[in-house]
Amino acid sequence: MLLASDATSPVFSWNLPADFQDMWSYLYMVNAFRAGLVVSVVCALVGWFMVLRRQTFAGHTLSVAAFPGAALATLAGFSLSLGYFGFCVAAALVIAALGRKGRDAGAEESAVTGTVQAFALACGFLFISLYKGLLEGPTALLFGDFLGITTGQVLLLAAVGMLVLAALAVIGRPLFFASVDPEVAAGRGVPVRLLSTLFLVLLGAATAEASQITGTLLVFALMVIPAATAQRLTARPAVSLALSVLLALGSCWAGLIAAYYQPYPLGFFVTGFAFAGYVLAHLLGWAREVVDRSRSAVQIGGTA
Amino acid sequence: MTIHPTGEVRTNKDQAAPAGGEPVLSLRGAAVRVGGRTLWSGVDLTVGPGEFTAVLGPNGVGKSTLVKVLLGVLPPAAGEVRVLGGAPGARNSAVGYLPQRRSFDASVRVRGVDVVRLGLDGDLWGVPVPGLGRAKRRAAHERVAEVIELVGASAYAHRPIGQCSGGEQQRLLIAQALIRRPKVLLLDEPLDSLDLPNQSAIAALLGQICHQESVAVVMVAHDVNPILHHLDQVVYIAQGGAVAGTPAEVITSDTLTRLYRTPVEVLRTSDGRLVVVGQPEAPALHVDRHGDQGTRGTGRAAGL
Repeated sequence: MLLASDATSPVFSWNLPADFQDMWSYLYMVNAFRAGLVVSVVCALVGWFMVLRRQTFAGHTLSVAAFPGAALATLAGFSLSLGYFGFCVAAALVIAALGRKGRDAGAEESAVTGTVQAFALACGFLFISLYKGLLEGPTALLFGDFLGITTGQVLLLAAVGMLVLAALAVIGRPLFFASVDPEVAAGRGVPVRLLSTLFLVLLGAATAEASQITGTLLVFALMVIPAATAQRLTARPAVSLALSVLLALGSCWAGLIAAYYQPYPLGFFVTGFAFAGYVLAHLLGWAREVVDRSRSAVQIGGTA
Repeated sequence: MTIHPTGEVRTNKDQAAPAGGEPVLSLRGAAVRVGGRTLWSGVDLTVGPGEFTAVLGPNGVGKSTLVKVLLGVLPPAAGEVRVLGGAPGARNSAVGYLPQRRSFDASVRVRGVDVVRLGLDGDLWGVPVPGLGRAKRRAAHERVAEVIELVGASAYAHRPIGQCSGGEQQRLLIAQALIRRPKVLLLDEPLDSLDLPNQSAIAALLGQICHQESVAVVMVAHDVNPILHHLDQVVYIAQGGAVAGTPAEVITSDTLTRLYRTPVEVLRTSDGRLVVVGQPEAPALHVDRHGDQGTRGTGRAAGL
């Protein structure tokens, strides 16, 4: 995860073409950028709906479920990706099956979600203990790693990502309707419950993707922060979605560049850049409100 | 706010008589059972095009349930119910529905126009192909603008709906319900939790939509006074039965005494408002419209 041990630690020269040439001379960096692209786009779009639906807690739980998945995969010796996707999607189905029985069942859903999360975390801890230390440590699982991404993994991420995006494209509009206005949507024949389950599965797949880059604890860096920032900046759905993708991709790639040149963890850089954007968006929104208020105060003063 | 006395209530039954003799809504001997309990039975009602009908009665008698029956969500236990010449639910594309007051809190970052637009094509699957169907998209855009103009919401339709006031949100939701040019508009307590000026403004808007656009309006209300001078007929549900007729016929001491089977008096205040006194409390156990289970309800002692 750290490049500090590298004797010839690369130095950022501000000559971007040369820097990229340097970074991309390593296959693992090319793969990291490719994986970052796939994961950012998928997470930003799925995360946008998650923020709109106020299901960030469910998203967090699904990402925590990736941790026992990865630990079990390491323990039992099967593919890490299988562990991630299997556990995340299974957790999504559990939450969908147990939660949200009627309308306004938000409290019950959050209790179910919390229960699933606690158990997932406990299982992950058990699997790591069973592995008896040969695991490089849970840090990589919890906070992400980008050095070991293989071309095969990138292809898998891309394939799953395409599936998630295709599904989202098909259900996007009714899902938006069901998220904003569930009762009228149900009245119009939109299958609200089915969409809710489908969305949780997509969320599971997206968090499994992100977990492999940012680690299970920092999935929100790519799922929540870009979407929340975009929704803060604009109320137009299409613009907001596009902005969310740009912000996620921007912070992911900027994080990769920073982590290549600095001996600190990738997860911190990605989250740090995304968080800076979020703070800026809030400052901007706040400044806009102040300007609007003073302008309307002037208008009222003018007409009075 | 001006309230016309009941005697001046306009009754345009003759002019509103459907051209083909086909009523928009008709219930004959209808009954409904929820959770093994008959809420009401023997309800007869005929609503013609462009008629404004209010569904009145104490809390918990099944007013909202009547709307659900008309939507086809709940099958009637007995009798015949026809909506637009078909079974309830069969012609729902021509039925606009406004569920009991939903409000969007300040964090909802979706514009009013987007919410209105969802009423038009929010239930369609897939994404529109860019470049295709440009004429269709422009038509949709114009329809959204037109219906927002109709409800007088142009000034704030581009703001995030969470930042609009209760009355503004209600206008936008009415626009959403009207966007597909429904022949019937079903509203469940649309005036609930609005202040008095907004109540009379929304009531006037509904009266205008009803009589000028010839949309039959069926509205559940717990207070008849704000809508009294727009009404063509009322259905008063109480004690498991119902009476339908013009407000002048129904909201009288005699009729309500017969309906409640206990002495009830209708008083008219000096400003023309009607107050019903002496009606018994609603049954303690009723179907709570906010959930699936019966809860203890509190009867409303006074105020229609």
